[in-house]
Amino acid sequence: MKTRTIRDTRQESAVFVRRAIVGFLLILVALCVLASRFWFLQVVKHRELQSRSDENRILTRPLAPARGLIYDRNGVLLAENIAAFRLEVVPEQVQDMESLLADLKLTIGISEDDLDRFRSLVKSKRSYQSIPLRLKLSEEEIARFAVSRWRFRGVDVVPYLTRFYPRGKKLGHLVGYVGRIDAADAERLDASRYAGTTHVGKTGIERSYEELLHGEPGYELVEVNADRRPLRVLERVAPKPGRNLYLTVDVRIQEAGELAFADRPGASVAIDPRNGEVLAMISVPSFDPNLFVNGISQTDYNALLNSPDKPLLDRALRGSYVPGSTIKPFVAAAGLELGLRKPSDTVMSTGEFFIPGQQRGYRDVRAGGHGRVDLVQSLAQSVNTYYYALALELGIDRFSSYMARFGFGKPTGIDLEGEGSGVLPSKEWKQGRFGKPWYPGETVISGIGQGFWVVTPVQLASAVATISVGGVAHRPRLLHATQQGIGDAPEPVAESQAQPAIFRDPANWNAIREGMIAVVNGPTGTARTMGIGFPYVIAGKSGTAERYSRTTEAWQHISQVAIERHQVLFEAFTPAEAPRISVIVALEAGRGGGRDAAPVARKMLDAWLIGEGQVPSTAQSGVDPP
Amino acid sequence: MNGALANLGYRLKSMLRRPRFDLPLAGALLLLALVGLATQYSASDLDVDQAIAQGLRLLLGTVLMIVISRIPPSTLRNWTPWLFAGSVLLLILVTLLGEGRGANRWLDLRVVRFQPSELLKLTMPMMVAWTLNLRPLPPSWSTLGLVSVLIAVPAFLIAEQPDLGTALLVAASGLFAVYLAGIAWWRIGLVVVSAASVMPVAWHFMHEYQRNRVRTLLDPESDPLGLGWHIIQSKIAVGSGGLWGKGWHNGTQSRLEFLPEHTTDFIFSVFAEEWGLIGVLLLLLLYAFIIGRSLWIASNAKDTYSRLLAGAISMAFFVYVLVNGGMISGILPVVGVPLPLVSYGGTSAVSLLAGFGVLMSIHAQRRRVAT
Repeated sequence: MKTRTIRDTRQESAVFVRRAIVGFLLILVALCVLASRFWFLQVVKHRELQSRSDENRILTRPLAPARGLIYDRNGVLLAENIAAFRLEVVPEQVQDMESLLADLKLTIGISEDDLDRFRSLVKSKRSYQSIPLRLKLSEEEIARFAVSRWRFRGVDVVPYLTRFYPRGKKLGHLVGYVGRIDAADAERLDASRYAGTTHVGKTGIERSYEELLHGEPGYELVEVNADRRPLRVLERVAPKPGRNLYLTVDVRIQEAGELAFADRPGASVAIDPRNGEVLAMISVPSFDPNLFVNGISQTDYNALLNSPDKPLLDRALRGSYVPGSTIKPFVAAAGLELGLRKPSDTVMSTGEFFIPGQQRGYRDVRAGGHGRVDLVQSLAQSVNTYYYALALELGIDRFSSYMARFGFGKPTGIDLEGEGSGVLPSKEWKQGRFGKPWYPGETVISGIGQGFWVVTPVQLASAVATISVGGVAHRPRLLHATQQGIGDAPEPVAESQAQPAIFRDPANWNAIREGMIAVVNGPTGTARTMGIGFPYVIAGKSGTAERYSRTTEAWQHISQVAIERHQVLFEAFTPAEAPRISVIVALEAGRGGGRDAAPVARKMLDAWLIGEGQVPSTAQSGVDPP
Repeated sequence: MNGALANLGYRLKSMLRRPRFDLPLAGALLLLALVGLATQYSASDLDVDQAIAQGLRLLLGTVLMIVISRIPPSTLRNWTPWLFAGSVLLLILVTLLGEGRGANRWLDLRVVRFQPSELLKLTMPMMVAWTLNLRPLPPSWSTLGLVSVLIAVPAFLIAEQPDLGTALLVAASGLFAVYLAGIAWWRIGLVVVSAASVMPVAWHFMHEYQRNRVRTLLDPESDPLGLGWHIIQSKIAVGSGGLWGKGWHNGTQSRLEFLPEHTTDFIFSVFAEEWGLIGVLLLLLLYAFIIGRSLWIASNAKDTYSRLLAGAISMAFFVYVLVNGGMISGILPVVGVPLPLVSYGGTSAVSLLAGFGVLMSIHAQRRRVAT
């Protein structure tokens, strides 16, 4: 009670000091707890939090590599990257987007497609990012924009690189095109390599050699703030450009051939039979690949899609043609090599052939027949009876397996995607396709390349190249050499492994070659005007097949006209004794292979001569053949 | 009139000529202010205007500190009830007609805009010390009851503004005075236990945003771009500083604006990022020295009122450091408590320096004979 009434200041002071000391110690303990928390964050968790700090501020920006260029075998440019200009808009600098777009639409013209794409990009990007509105501005458009530029705050003309195909539609199918990466591409491509890339090869060489053309991307480490706005570049690793490609194709042969087609639908493939290098690969009609690079307009696309001649179909690679008589040299080879015929054996052509015991006749081209013909004449005059009889003797099994050795019925393995495989008729094929047994009559017409037979131009060309050098097959290919940079030496691509020769007896091949020479050079040959004025001996074979396609009403009507009733083909190689070029031409309509397809082949051979250092004969008209 | 002015001028001059300051404490405060300014300058991305503005506030606070240090503690003691009553009145006023960003804290007096709650940081410990000084110590139950009311009413008003941080500081400064008065430990224990038992009730009365802050503290990653953003970015800033720090003005978290409020409540994060653990330890050491020195001054005070007041101010200063440091390192919820004399902002700097003015005054009137 005493302490409650009488103030003991000394006691109070002592209590205070004790309390202050205890309080201070507690404070020190609390500060130590706080310090240990900092130690935990700054020492124990430092590495983790440091990397999170870097993740915050460092943005990796991919740098797309420049795409490799594409040349022909002589260095003629087929695909390049050109500077173009596009209109870009920075949304955050624009006050009224809709009125700006309306104004721009009046000034330079902007399509609804462009506007839709732009609006969807505006939603997905940040407001300080520049968004493309119109690609590929013309000089006039740039000028019109420049004059009234002051009205367009936040809008700018920006240079960029775009793919350009200087030869346009002349090599549309072969070179192909690049297009914007779509959802399907994104699934197939390595996302890390394509992070900064906008375009990818869609068709042709652009597609099949995407790996080489693309190059290796670089990257940029950019410091950004909390709004992800880039402030400065911290580190830059330059991208490695894609390799330049030198194709095996010679544009002179290619363009001469295309010109000679004169817009008639068809295809042509020329091959160097010594190594399988494709010298020309033509599909008519073609399309301009430049249309696809920056997104083709719906109108243009519909026009291509709905055209009756199907310009988007690569006929050389996956067109279907009935080979007709062009396969006679191969059937002859089977007969000779399998010991069923000798070159001197003759067959009597009466104009009609009958399977023993059957009523139905199989006709020759010439009414009344060609008379008694040997192998050479059977080829020169394309005598069907000779091959009806031979095919029947071979039987469909031997026939098919021997033809398969020349690559019929399966893709050649050329370095393009989407190759067709054609149809080599056989019992198994028919059973599998139709579930029906094989009839001997089908063997007979198979002997002249009719019936179920279907070849692709590249397949036939490969077979002709193979037979022209005595049966040594090379896989056809389009890539000649690759090059790292413009200044570097092109590095040739390793040649494909040659297969063992198909012909066991060279005499057999010599006999067939004689026949093919007679086609072009003999007095009775089906293409006897084709070799006039050519410095080398040309060997060839024509083919005129019944068309099997186009069964619409309209077609039935037109089909009364002979020219429209046939597919015509021609195959040739030269010089006959040691071929350096073989070529096949297929036209979807024509009177006969010798008359319509052979001249196209001749034009291509003429163009080939220029590369051989020879002046083409067309320049020296009136000179007789040697 | 002229004579009065001349007299005032003379008194100011003599004040400046003979500062009856505790030089170690004054030196430590100056060092702290300089560290604060340097960190400010860096965190504001070398904004000279902001550094000058803060410098002027510190200067104003220093002048106030000098003026208060010249007022004898006995005078302060006599004014205490009136000052306390006045500040509580202003607090009630601001509750009725105050204005401010989302919270009713500010009172606009045309000339100056200030928060009456800041006044209570000083008048609260004064009032509690004054009350306890009326009767012998340790305080009786009735005294404690009276003191409880004195603490609870303003703290409740401030918490309702809502400004939990200031309410906490005001309440703490009063409670520290009670603690230093020698209240029995078992009574302290009783208070702590009962406080813990009313926690759920407190949770019930808390604002939703305050509850969310507590939730966020427990699991910041649950809402990394929303409520958890402050805590996550602050921890990243602190942790990425490492042992030695990124160096002055090299703190990427603040410079690139990942860290919000980086000149005010989260300035400690900037400091920790740029100066590392070494810098943090030195800064905590400086704070510990200021608290220790202040408590030493309190211990040497002449009378009970001065002693309790000085002790309460010293220990309340510590609460700032603990709550702010705990917040930016993610062990305490986000409460708007600045880092004393480092965070940008005028009212807290001025009220803090005014408190140290009281300490200086008590120091000047200390006991000459120590026993």
